[in-house]
Amino acid sequence: MTGPAHIFDKPNRYIGKPEPRADSARLLQGRGSYVDDQKLPRMAHAAFVRSPHAHAKILSIDTQEAGAATGVVAVYSGEDLAEHVTPYIGTLTHLTGLRSMPQHPLAVGVARWQGEPVVMIVATSRALAEDACELVYVDYAELPAAVESETALDTGAPIIHPELGSNLAWERDVVAGDIDAAFAAPDVHVVEREFRFGRHTGVTLEARGTVCDYDPSENQLTVYYSGQAPHMMQVIFSKHLDLPEENIRVISNDVGGSFGIKIHTYGDEIATAAAAKLLKRPVKFIADRFESFLTDIHARDHIVNAKMGITQAGTIVGIDFDDLTGIGPFSMYPRTSAIECNQVLNLTGAPYVMENYRAKGRVVFQNKTLMCQYRAVGHPIAMAIADGLLEDAARKIGMDPVALREINLMADDSYPRTSATGMKLDDLSHKRALRKLTDLMDYDGLRARQTLARRRGVYRGIGFVSMVEVTNPSPMFYGIGGAPIASQDGATVRLDAGGALHVSSSITEQGQGTNAILAQIAAGVFGVDLNRVKVTTGDTATTPYGGGTWASRGAGIGGEAMLQAAQALKDQVLEVAGVMLQTGVETLDIQNGAVTDIDGSVRLTLADLARTVYYRGNELPNDLKPELIATRHYRVTDFPFVFTNGAMAAHVEVDIETGFVKVLHFWAVEDCGRIINPLLVDEQIRGGVVQGIGGALYEECHYSADGQFLNATMADYMVPMASEMPEITIAHIETPTKTSVLGAKGAGEAGTGGAPAAILNAVNDALSPMGASIWQMPMTPERILTALDKVD
Amino acid sequence: MSRSIEINLRVNGEVVHATVPSRLNLVDFLREELSLTGSHVGCEHGVCGACTLTVDGDTVRGCLMLAAQADGKEITTIEGLAENGQSAQLQAAFTKHNALQCGFCTPGMLASALGYVNTGGSADRDAIRQHISGNYCRCTGYQSIVNAICDVIEETSV
Repeated sequence: MTGPAHIFDKPNRYIGKPEPRADSARLLQGRGSYVDDQKLPRMAHAAFVRSPHAHAKILSIDTQEAGAATGVVAVYSGEDLAEHVTPYIGTLTHLTGLRSMPQHPLAVGVARWQGEPVVMIVATSRALAEDACELVYVDYAELPAAVESETALDTGAPIIHPELGSNLAWERDVVAGDIDAAFAAPDVHVVEREFRFGRHTGVTLEARGTVCDYDPSENQLTVYYSGQAPHMMQVIFSKHLDLPEENIRVISNDVGGSFGIKIHTYGDEIATAAAAKLLKRPVKFIADRFESFLTDIHARDHIVNAKMGITQAGTIVGIDFDDLTGIGPFSMYPRTSAIECNQVLNLTGAPYVMENYRAKGRVVFQNKTLMCQYRAVGHPIAMAIADGLLEDAARKIGMDPVALREINLMADDSYPRTSATGMKLDDLSHKRALRKLTDLMDYDGLRARQTLARRRGVYRGIGFVSMVEVTNPSPMFYGIGGAPIASQDGATVRLDAGGALHVSSSITEQGQGTNAILAQIAAGVFGVDLNRVKVTTGDTATTPYGGGTWASRGAGIGGEAMLQAAQALKDQVLEVAGVMLQTGVETLDIQNGAVTDIDGSVRLTLADLARTVYYRGNELPNDLKPELIATRHYRVTDFPFVFTNGAMAAHVEVDIETGFVKVLHFWAVEDCGRIINPLLVDEQIRGGVVQGIGGALYEECHYSADGQFLNATMADYMVPMASEMPEITIAHIETPTKTSVLGAKGAGEAGTGGAPAAILNAVNDALSPMGASIWQMPMTPERILTALDKVD
Repeated sequence: MSRSIEINLRVNGEVVHATVPSRLNLVDFLREELSLTGSHVGCEHGVCGACTLTVDGDTVRGCLMLAAQADGKEITTIEGLAENGQSAQLQAAFTKHNALQCGFCTPGMLASALGYVNTGGSADRDAIRQHISGNYCRCTGYQSIVNAICDVIEETSV
């Protein structure tokens, strides 16, 4: 042995091991602590009267009867709360030209979507608050609604914010090369399709909710928050409720799923905090499922006209597209509702070598629920455009879609490089991922069986996607534009007197296994058994300052901060040990909870060391000032994001009589850099794939022409259940990112970003013998039968 | 609306006497009156399965039954299953296979899985998927849950 073992190859090496999560035991015994489980003394309950109209002027509100109802503590209208809450506006400076209007927690004057909160009732129980809601009389004058994004910019369309003059929120053009010349060149085929991506929503099983507790004696607001970004919410409550930031504590205990839903500013939650402050007592609001459907952010809602040019030999010459996306009546605060469109413009075709690119994005207001960043922001659209057109082009020139990708994917040894849109790319493995995928799925065998099945009148299809995922965002994502959203995260690790580690981190847990991987990293890098690490996350009062868990950043950014902190603590502990043992630090290591020689022989247990430091400092030299706690922060520099890549494939069977699609199997090969815990990452990718399949086949928020949400129940809005879902095979390639020691990139959104394109391609492959194709998601039986010309 | 009804029942083995509003559903009673917060509320109309629990040994949706209807019944929630050891094997298998993420569906999923295992369900993956298709999980791909249930059945049948 020539030196200390490397952190990835030590006796307590946990990075890369399939360790079960320590906190699963608690959740499996019903001992979780979700927001609705909080019960505080004198706690009151909120319910909301919501607009039944998509667009309506509020003429009058009569709350007299409600105010006198049993158990009612307070009644607030939009005007009432506007006196106590400053309005917020969802724009950021780096999204040049983005427009929105000030938003209030409850509608003031005009309601702009069905479900917008109009009146808040606070009562001694939720049931009594709901009873009182029935006694509120709001007189509305219905206004014409701008419902469909396609017509929102038409002359004569109802304008949602007259001050803005039109329903255009944002537009951006991206141009590289000369797409017209490229498409006009001889030997270039151009395929053109109109894609439609339906609106869907997150349907977190735990609905949104909050418990806000205000203590006037200290002017202190404590918010129990089911969400992903406690420090961001601390700033928002401070700014809009006129409280000092330091007087706000935001606590996220267990979070019952989030997926980007619970990271925004919702009027009903802000109103709950305002009510707690005004009433000087705790107030709870838990959305019921109907409220969730009507007010949780929605996602997607894009109409895309897209073309791809390709030579007969199979070289992609360029992509040209126009994306129109509807975001509801406001841009969501504080992250804005333009990021999704921006991602589509930036990411489309990013896996492929391409010199010519032209994209136009338009983001429009409409009288529907607000749209904002949901899992895999923009990715399903971007991947479906490029890979949908690619497989369409493959059929056109008679080339196998895998062979066509082989020609056009960026070579694994060609990095660092940029994409056609200027994205900085490094450490990617598209070609290896695709080859691993085709081996894993026995592509040739599957094709052979597909041919045999077709002879029997069974229509199966195989579809692929080669994708990138934006992970580990730098300050270029939000901070640069003025959002109070940290791009760096911090981790603290403390050696306790008993020799255990206590870790705290600013990244948050929503079930991904954040706490588990923090413990794995700390234990392994420092040198203790995994069960001797305790983790705290989700509390602005006790964790370092940071961004939280979103945009697949927890492992890559929070994990690196943890690694650096554990390494720093180890150095500090060894310095103390060196003095106590009268030994050079370079001859010492920490293994299995003890200071050891390099060869592993125990010199001093950590408990002995810590107890000496904490209890019997008199035994130490006076000039030794031990610090048995270390904090490190980490942010991504040099790159705006750290991209990952993956290759996925779907095998489907389409019943051409009924239009039903059965997903027979799904495969995903993912390169998320260094894997910290394969047990956790595999099922997280599977969950992402299932969410992607939901968007591709089932999930859609249906609206009537006048803006009524028609299927806002779980019985009517189709989510993927176990019986429809395929077995999903996961494999990995590990190309660690060079931006950190840990080398981890994100993985949380890959499945959701990639699966829709793979399913689309598989369905179209299945339909190809009939000369039919479909370009609209979800691909419902009715739409498939329409594509097959079997229904009108 | 405000009429109250007296009920006597056993919850997780303990005798409970209570006076409940007639409109109160069982899961709200358990959560709010008895502080048994392990049963979760996801949709309140019997679709998502988060509130699944056991009534006289039958698997029941806690949101589709009124507290008043529980008079004379024996209710077992996730807390009771954990305490009496009935779900120990499933808990271990769920942990081993990472068959949960956020944990919100987990108590209901465990109750459904236990119903399947206890009634002699086979380790057939499609049959397991059918059985748990009334329990919505947004986090996992369901595969790990199927793996965990299969494991328990195979271990038990050895």
